[in-house]
Amino acid sequence: MASIRELHQQLVSKERSAVEITQEALQHIAALEPKLHSFLSVTADTALAQAQAVDAKIAAGEEIGVLAGIPIGIKDNMCTKGIRTTCASKILENFVPPYESTVTQKLADAGTVMVGKTNLDEFAMGSSTENSAFQVTANPWDLERVPGGSSGGSAAAVAAQECVVALGSDTGGSIRQPASFCGVVGMKPTYGLVSRYGLVAFASSLDQIGPFGRTVEDAAILLGAIAGYDPKDSTSLKAEVPDYTQALKPDVKNLRIGIIKETFGEGLDPAVEQAITKAIEQLRDLGAEIQEISCPRFRYGLPTYYIIAPSEASANLARYDGVKYGFRTTDAENLLSMYNRTRAAGFGTEVKRRIMVGTYTLSAGYYDAYYLKAQKVRTLIKQDFEKAFANVDILVSPTVPTTAFKAGEKTDDPLSMYLTDLMTITVNLAGLPGISIPCGFDDKGLPIGLQLIGNVLREDLLFQVAYAYEQATEWHKHTPKLLI
Amino acid sequence: MIDREQVRKVALLARLELTPQEEEQFTTQLSSILDYFEQLSELDVTDVPPTARAIEVKNVTRPDELQPYQERAAILSSAPEQEGEYFKVPQILNVEE
Repeated sequence: MASIRELHQQLVSKERSAVEITQEALQHIAALEPKLHSFLSVTADTALAQAQAVDAKIAAGEEIGVLAGIPIGIKDNMCTKGIRTTCASKILENFVPPYESTVTQKLADAGTVMVGKTNLDEFAMGSSTENSAFQVTANPWDLERVPGGSSGGSAAAVAAQECVVALGSDTGGSIRQPASFCGVVGMKPTYGLVSRYGLVAFASSLDQIGPFGRTVEDAAILLGAIAGYDPKDSTSLKAEVPDYTQALKPDVKNLRIGIIKETFGEGLDPAVEQAITKAIEQLRDLGAEIQEISCPRFRYGLPTYYIIAPSEASANLARYDGVKYGFRTTDAENLLSMYNRTRAAGFGTEVKRRIMVGTYTLSAGYYDAYYLKAQKVRTLIKQDFEKAFANVDILVSPTVPTTAFKAGEKTDDPLSMYLTDLMTITVNLAGLPGISIPCGFDDKGLPIGLQLIGNVLREDLLFQVAYAYEQATEWHKHTPKLLI
Repeated sequence: MIDREQVRKVALLARLELTPQEEEQFTTQLSSILDYFEQLSELDVTDVPPTARAIEVKNVTRPDELQPYQERAAILSSAPEQEGEYFKVPQILNVEE
C-alpha cells in the first residue's frame, strides 16, 4: 500500500476513488487476517461510509485534506461511539461506547477511513500482545513470533500493509517496542501533546497516544492530525502544534546527538548492538556531532515503572465492577461477591497480577516504601535526562535489547517479559517524546529499531533526524515475505 | 517477601476472587517482583521531591457550566442490569435468617 502522499495524489487526480482504496484494504485484511490476527474488529461498514463521504467531496470539487480517504487502524483501547471497544478484555467484550475519543473524532473530521480496531495486550498491559483475551497476533516477518506489545495489532497491521497508518498508545514502550519488532515507525509524543480523552486509562501519568506509519512522513502527518490542546483532558498541554512535515529536512548537520551509555552492555543482542552502532556512524557521516552521555539512574527505570504503573492501574481498573457497563457475573449472592467474581472472571492473569502488585504497593504501611519511593526515583531519572539535554539535542539508544521473540517464550516469566521495556520505559517516566525507526535486520531477517529521544515538545527534531536517517538508508523499503 | 495470607488480604482489597492456584502463583510471582523492587533501596532519596506527573500542569480550571448530555439512554442501557432510571445491583446486605 502506498504512502499517505501518494494516495492523496491518486485521490485528487481521480486516478482512484476512496472507496476503491478502502475496498483494496479490506480485501487485503480479509486475505491476511487468518494468519495475522491484527484486528479485533474490522469495521467495513464505517470504512466504506467514510470513504463514500470523501468521494462525494471530491466529486463536488471540494478540497480534501491529506488524510482524507486514508485507511487507518485504531488500537482497541480508544473509544469509538457505537463501535465495540474491548481493550482485548473479557470484562469489556460487549462494551459499545456511548461517546467518541478526541483522537478518533479528530481523525474522522480529517476524513480518515477507519478499517478496524486493532488487537492489544489486555488493557495495554504487556509486551507481546499475547495477553489479549481474544487472539494472539503474529509478527508479519515471522508468524511464529510476537509483534511486540501492547500495540502489537497496530504495528503488525501497518507492517503488513493492512492499513496505511495506525494509532497506538504507549505507557512504557507500547508503541515503540512493537514498532521495533515489526520494522515500522512508531512515536510516543510528549506527555500531554495528544488528548487522552476516550483512551481507556491504564497508568494515567504515563499513557500517551501516538502514530504508527511505514515512513517517518506518514507518522509525522498523523501526529499533526491528533495533537493539540483538549479541554476534556486536564493534563493536555496548551502548546502550539507545528506542521511536523516542515521538519522533514534530510539534514542533521551540527546537531548534537548523545548515545546513552547505559543502554549498551549486558543483555543487548549483538545483532542489535551492531545495527545501532552502524546507525550512529551513519548519523555521524551525515554531519551530526556524536557524544556519549551517561544517565546513571536509567537502570532504576524498570523497577520504578513496575511500581508506578500497576499502582495507577489498580486505581484506574477499580471502575470495572459490573455495575455501569461491561461484564457482570451471574453467580453472586450479594454485592461484594458480585464485585469479586465479576473481576475474577473478567480480567486475565497479567491484569490481575498488576492489580495485585498495585494494590499492595499502595496499601497502608507500604505506600512510602514503594509508591512514594518510586515517585522520588522518577525525579532522579528526570534529572538525568535534563542534564543530558543541557549538552545534546537528541538522545539515541536501541529501542529494545533484542529482536522479536517466539510466542510463548516469555509468558511464564513476567519479569523477563518486563525486561523488553528496559529502554523505552524511562522516556515515559520523564514524559519525553521518543520514536522508533527501522535500522536493520538480524540474521533471522527480523527488524531492529533505533530509538531517538527528544526534549519536551521537540517532536519536530525527532522527525527531522528520523527522516534524515531514513532518506539515507533503505530499511523502510523492505517488506515482510508474507506480502511477496 | 509476601506470604499467602497477605496475598489473600490484597486480593480482598482489590476485589478479586482468586482460585487456590492463583493464590499460590501470585504468592511466588509477587515475591520475586517485590524482591526486584528492592534495588531501589540502593538510592538515597531522602531529600528528593516526588514526581507525580512528568510534565506538571497546575490549576486547570474552567467555568462550571451545565452542558446537556444527549446519550443518557445509551449510558443506562450499557449497564448489565437496569431498572427504570437506575443501575440495578444484587442485594447489598445479607438477610438475617
